[in-house]
Amino acid sequence: MFSLFLEQLLNGLQSGVMLFLMASGLTLVFGVMGLINLAHGSLYMVGAFACAAVAAWTGSFWLGLVASLMAAAIAGALVEMLIIRRLYNRDHLDQVLATFALILIFSEGTRWIFGSFPLFLSVPDFLTGTVILPGGSQYPIFRLAIIVAGLLVAAGLFLLIGKTRLGIRIRAGEADRGMIAALGVDIDRLYTIVFALGAALAGLAGAFVGTTQSVQVGMGEPVLILAFVVIVIGGIGSIKGALVGSLLVGFTDTMGRFLLPHAFATFLDPSSATAIGSALASMLIYIVMALVLFLRPSGLFGATS
Amino acid sequence: MKGFKTTIAAAAALLAAGAAQAEPVKVGMITTLSGGGAGLGIDARDGFMLAVKQANNPDLEVVIEDDQRKPDVAVQLADKMIQQEKVDVLTGIIWSNLAMAVVPSAVAQDKIYLSVNAAPSQLAGRGCNKNYFAVSYQNDNLHEAAGGYASSAGYKKAFILAPNYPAGKDSLTGFKRFFFGDITDEVYTKLGQTDYAAEIAQIRASDADHVFFFLPGGMGIAFMKQYAQSGVDKPLIGPAFSMDQGILGAVGDAALGVKNTSNWSKDIDNPTNKAFVESFQAEYDRLPSLYASFGFDTANLLLSAMDKASISDKDAFRAAIRAADFDSVRGKFIFGPNQHPVQDLYVREVVKEGDILTNKIVGTALTDHSDAYASECSM
Repeated sequence: MFSLFLEQLLNGLQSGVMLFLMASGLTLVFGVMGLINLAHGSLYMVGAFACAAVAAWTGSFWLGLVASLMAAAIAGALVEMLIIRRLYNRDHLDQVLATFALILIFSEGTRWIFGSFPLFLSVPDFLTGTVILPGGSQYPIFRLAIIVAGLLVAAGLFLLIGKTRLGIRIRAGEADRGMIAALGVDIDRLYTIVFALGAALAGLAGAFVGTTQSVQVGMGEPVLILAFVVIVIGGIGSIKGALVGSLLVGFTDTMGRFLLPHAFATFLDPSSATAIGSALASMLIYIVMALVLFLRPSGLFGATS
Repeated sequence: MKGFKTTIAAAAALLAAGAAQAEPVKVGMITTLSGGGAGLGIDARDGFMLAVKQANNPDLEVVIEDDQRKPDVAVQLADKMIQQEKVDVLTGIIWSNLAMAVVPSAVAQDKIYLSVNAAPSQLAGRGCNKNYFAVSYQNDNLHEAAGGYASSAGYKKAFILAPNYPAGKDSLTGFKRFFFGDITDEVYTKLGQTDYAAEIAQIRASDADHVFFFLPGGMGIAFMKQYAQSGVDKPLIGPAFSMDQGILGAVGDAALGVKNTSNWSKDIDNPTNKAFVESFQAEYDRLPSLYASFGFDTANLLLSAMDKASISDKDAFRAAIRAADFDSVRGKFIFGPNQHPVQDLYVREVVKEGDILTNKIVGTALTDHSDAYASECSM
């Protein structure tokens, strides 16, 4: 039981770290530009397809990973310059409509290029296999690698935001857009960079997740919903909030799916315990979100405005 | 010059009159051609149109529309096809929820519906209809076959897993109907879930001797890849959907050796099937899937009925369909009393032929199998 519990904790951590890659980009874009970007999930899909296509073509997962970063960043920058730029001064409903249209364009465009059948993407050879956890259970090496990579990216992002000139500008942009423009910072370029950075993070997440899941059209939307839950819990615009929110959602979801059916089985018959337990488990993160919003309406680390 | 034109016109009129003796049949195909899940609809359409092309029957006209996997769109398309296009026969729907939105009203308007895939229990039992024919199967069939296979292969303890939605529950019920061992765990996952780490950890910890899973589409791809990475070695059994030709390429070697149950396979040994697989590959440059085979059979069934009866005599036309006097890729083809097929269900194993992953029949799970609802149908 201990080893199962430990394995589930690692699963929760891994799922949280992946969510963070998605949510951090989303929260950056919302915090800095005040833009609701529904097409963030499409950039994740772009990353996964680019990685799968390049990995299949060259035989190297690493080139695929580079391609996923590049493709998502370029797609993000293009979208920002061509479309998103015109939406900053519109209200959120216009932004939602336009970025929803982008989802449809990306989905059908991807289908047009790659066809309707899911693509194949696999774990690089030296990351296959399992390690033995304390307690005797096995754990896939690749999931451990994802955890490490995700934590490294998170650390890098905190350094970038906290210690670099670009980070200072991003934070300044969040605090007062008019002032930073008046100080002579090229705000258009800053926005494009932030958007491309967020897109690259989403693309990276897509490439990682594509190795364990299915690379297919429409893969981004379910993750997008979770990423929105994360940034609402963490507080919109806060990278720290996105990290805490991601881990909270990852652990809650994994542990809920694992423990709730067992908990109900202690006082119900097995089949209704499974039914009620799994129904409740799929609601659990939304219940957590509602609780957080009830106690702290602007999220855990949100600016109180 | 004028005389020449009249001659042409007269010749055309003669030709048209000749054709009109065999009455034209207009078919409306509503299927999923865009968005996630489009691969299934495209295969069903391609299989259907291959048969249409081969028959080259000028009396058959097909209108194809994309339902985007949305019930409301499917209903609009059905209305348009019935009222504007005046189709005689409808077909093509892949998903059960779309079928439930379209079929009852279409058959009530005396349109014939031939199902290329979706065949929910509601339409097989008390809700059966003289205008509704399932060419594919009844939805529970492949799950029942998986249960039958697990029992006969000597498995005693099953870990069973499906998404938490009506078809998922039907699946596990179908499996349990023919599996006579113990169920150690019954797990329902979220519909559309893509990470199965938590469930795989439970499979590892359980004392089940095999795993039955029904996870259609991307869910199955994700599950099989993660299962192979996890190092758990309990054998997997599932219905054919997750091991279908359109999906295997995306799962990769993780699918090798997985047993799955199906009513069709590309190696069923009969001349029609051989010709179908070859001509499909020649036409579309890929191997046919289960859905392509259903589309192909559906078109040939319809063409056989057109040879026997005229569409204006609905009773005779229905009788001609019920007779199912055509060469099926599944070999023999018989309709049961509720107009669902009575058929053999096979066990297949995923193998590699050269570089391509595909399925090979390794046994028969159930013979001349009908469905659990036929007795409730009063027709």
